[in-house]
Amino acid sequence: MKVTFKIWRQENAKTKGDFKSYEVYDLTKDMSFLEALDHLNELLVERDEKTIAFEYDCREGICGQCCLFINGRAHGPHSNMTTCQLHMRSFKDGETIVVEPWRATAFPVIKDLVIDRSSLDRIIEQGGYINAKTGTAPEANAILISKSIADKAMDAAACIGCGACVATCKNSSAALFTSAKINHLNSLPQGHQEASTRVLKMARQMELEGFGSCTFTGACEVECPEHISIINIAEMNVRRLKAKWFE
Amino acid sequence: MLDSKIPEGPIENKWLNYQIKAKLINPANKKALSIIVVGSGLSGAGSAATLAELGYHVKCFYYQDSARRAHSIAAQGGINAAKNYQHDGDSVWRMFYDTLKGGDFRSREANVYRLAELSAPLIDHFVQQGVPFAREYGGVLANRSFGGVQVQRTFYTRGQTGQQLLLAAYSQLYKMKKAKKVELFPRHEMLDLVVIDGKAKGIIARNLVTGQLKRFVADAVVLATGGYSRVFRLSTLAIGCNASAIWKAHKRGAYFAAPSFTQIHPTALPQTSEAQSKLTLMSESLRNDGRIWVPKKKGDNRNTNDIPEEERDYYLERRYPNFGNLAPRDIASRAAKERIDKGYGVGQLKNAVYLDFRHAIKQFGMHTIKDRYSNLFEMYKKITGVDAYQEPMQISPAAHFSMGGLWVDYELMTTIQGLYAIGECNFSDHGANRLGANSLLQASIDGYFILPNTINNYLANTLNEMRPTLEHPEFDNVQKEIEQQIAKLLSINGNKTVDHFHRELGKIMWQECAMSRNKQGLEKAIVQIKDLKRDFWKNVKVTGSDKEMNTELEKALRLADFIELGILMCTDALQREESCGAHFREEYQTKDGEAMRVDHRFSYVSAWEYNNGNFKLHKEQLEFEYVKPSVRSYK
Repeated sequence: MKVTFKIWRQENAKTKGDFKSYEVYDLTKDMSFLEALDHLNELLVERDEKTIAFEYDCREGICGQCCLFINGRAHGPHSNMTTCQLHMRSFKDGETIVVEPWRATAFPVIKDLVIDRSSLDRIIEQGGYINAKTGTAPEANAILISKSIADKAMDAAACIGCGACVATCKNSSAALFTSAKINHLNSLPQGHQEASTRVLKMARQMELEGFGSCTFTGACEVECPEHISIINIAEMNVRRLKAKWFE
Repeated sequence: MLDSKIPEGPIENKWLNYQIKAKLINPANKKALSIIVVGSGLSGAGSAATLAELGYHVKCFYYQDSARRAHSIAAQGGINAAKNYQHDGDSVWRMFYDTLKGGDFRSREANVYRLAELSAPLIDHFVQQGVPFAREYGGVLANRSFGGVQVQRTFYTRGQTGQQLLLAAYSQLYKMKKAKKVELFPRHEMLDLVVIDGKAKGIIARNLVTGQLKRFVADAVVLATGGYSRVFRLSTLAIGCNASAIWKAHKRGAYFAAPSFTQIHPTALPQTSEAQSKLTLMSESLRNDGRIWVPKKKGDNRNTNDIPEEERDYYLERRYPNFGNLAPRDIASRAAKERIDKGYGVGQLKNAVYLDFRHAIKQFGMHTIKDRYSNLFEMYKKITGVDAYQEPMQISPAAHFSMGGLWVDYELMTTIQGLYAIGECNFSDHGANRLGANSLLQASIDGYFILPNTINNYLANTLNEMRPTLEHPEFDNVQKEIEQQIAKLLSINGNKTVDHFHRELGKIMWQECAMSRNKQGLEKAIVQIKDLKRDFWKNVKVTGSDKEMNTELEKALRLADFIELGILMCTDALQREESCGAHFREEYQTKDGEAMRVDHRFSYVSAWEYNNGNFKLHKEQLEFEYVKPSVRSYK
């Protein structure tokens, strides 16, 4: 199949970027989207041009490194999927495909389609963990956790940190990401001790990084590859208010 | 002479005896010591966080944008521990025996025993860190089975166990960053090791955003850089996984043990085209409830669901009635290859077998199967477009885990003083074949429990030594070598891409050094790879410059090392004239096609020394004091 890629090219963080078009002919439906870009890069090398920088690693939908905005949607035309799971069979022969980096104040572009998402790590740094040293743990079954609570914690913990929720949100809010980690830890007995400081500090950092506020459009849960529910954001807000008022 | 430094005493007391005698360092002195950790996976992040908790100053390097991306994240099925929560006869001893036997008696007894011994406290540790393990309705932890064992000792978080364990380690790493005990270096790739007076004292890393080469000095260097199965190009590994750090360390004097021991995983998605970059793994846990089969008739083109029960060959259940679909990975992979080679393969390229859930769905109900595996079925559908609740999955063997790696002693130190290798990048506990759910275990135990209790034994001696400065001539020499290599790669300006050479290397390795090997093929492969190396250094083309983000240059540097490693892997496979575990030499098999060990000649670990492009073999003889090596049968 043949497609035209219209791709954002930007030399580095300091320069201005622009779209550039590339026609690619010998693609097959079974190729993944990233393999099609690999193929384009090989053609660019043969033509003596610089390759397009884009992100990927595991290519099986779990590491969260791939992050392309394709035809106006985070991770491409399907809901709840990563870019690396997208295949060329989702596009028409002859189609023009627009590929951009994720746009958010807190995700500056580094080069071409590569962005800096360290803002998400800094939110985790404020309390996305349990303060307990290696070697201090009690017997695992000493604290019982009901299946429903463990399952709920796991639903939230499944976040892969890709940032699609931010990319798709009109406010560039990281509320889904932040709430997922808070609810994962705060719903477990091990996380109770630091529940209040965790929610206050992480939510504060989210604002400091320049992420917008959540206005509950629900766009994030449509793109989240792990189906993390928007209910998490409501829960985070309740926890935050409680922490502010009572602690 | 290789000294594995096994402590004295009965096997149950060896680790305790070691700790009692190891040198300790007082907290005030720990602050003055600095440690470099390369890699942020389960072993890297776990060790970096724990070493920082102990008071050392730690620097952690990784090529991804965040420590949370490391490939430990992709492990699906679970982590083993001898908790005996199921009351099914499990014990540390049983786990020790299963792992030793699973590795076909090519690993050290003392190491394997320690792995089993520390497994139970590790589960306690992860629960405390907030890992949401699967639970029973009453609130206790749940277990499932994995290949090669007859008890249920695997703990899991749906099909995302590696993700949850890695995220726990990653968050602890950030906890220690906030405490200012760890410095993190994302998007930095170690390009070489600096050894001064026989001791590892630093690294040179490339900032992947600016291209700048930077020098880092430390009192010890820990490599936690994972496996190298990308040498086959198509593998279950992340695209960026590479052997460069351990290969550079090997060239600087660290022996490389059992390089050819590579696990081929039986349940990956089959290759469909030449352009494919990755073979996605479907967790082995699926074999708990899925049944593997091929049609009894060659080239059966009927719709899968139309093939009646009596015309299906459940070949694992037929050949291995005791373990059935839960036969260990090496055995399941070879059995699949045997069927596929004989013409019974299914799918587009006839390179796959079926993994069928219809019996399980009938027996346990759709709800239970969805609860256990929904994310795996969903992943399967995303990639193939097929609903595996309605028709069987198609699976195929793929290059997966590297049992081989840098040789380490009981303290996890390599043959270079002060250089440690932990997790998948070392050769330690898995022998010639790794059991499912033992990988997360080994990575975690190396990082959290062992290294933080052995590194002090070395560092205590360095307290009175002067730490070299970044201006030491050895840093200059190493940096000059790197600069020359990069300049060379950028100046060749040939006519073939890096990916072209990687595909060629992958084909040779998969053909001759994967599931089944023979003398003639390996000799041919060595010649072919040497030719490929010459071709690469004459005709490769890398565009862009070294002073910017340049992923082509990154790939070229990694491939240059993979090519050399390929030669060593074939050399090792050729030298080992026996079959053991994943290493199957066609000349050494029983009448019914099972692996045939040759204990009187090969009961040793092969440790290879680099010598100017050649490799010299050293042998670490394996002594079996507690378990007598037997024929490894799963029939």
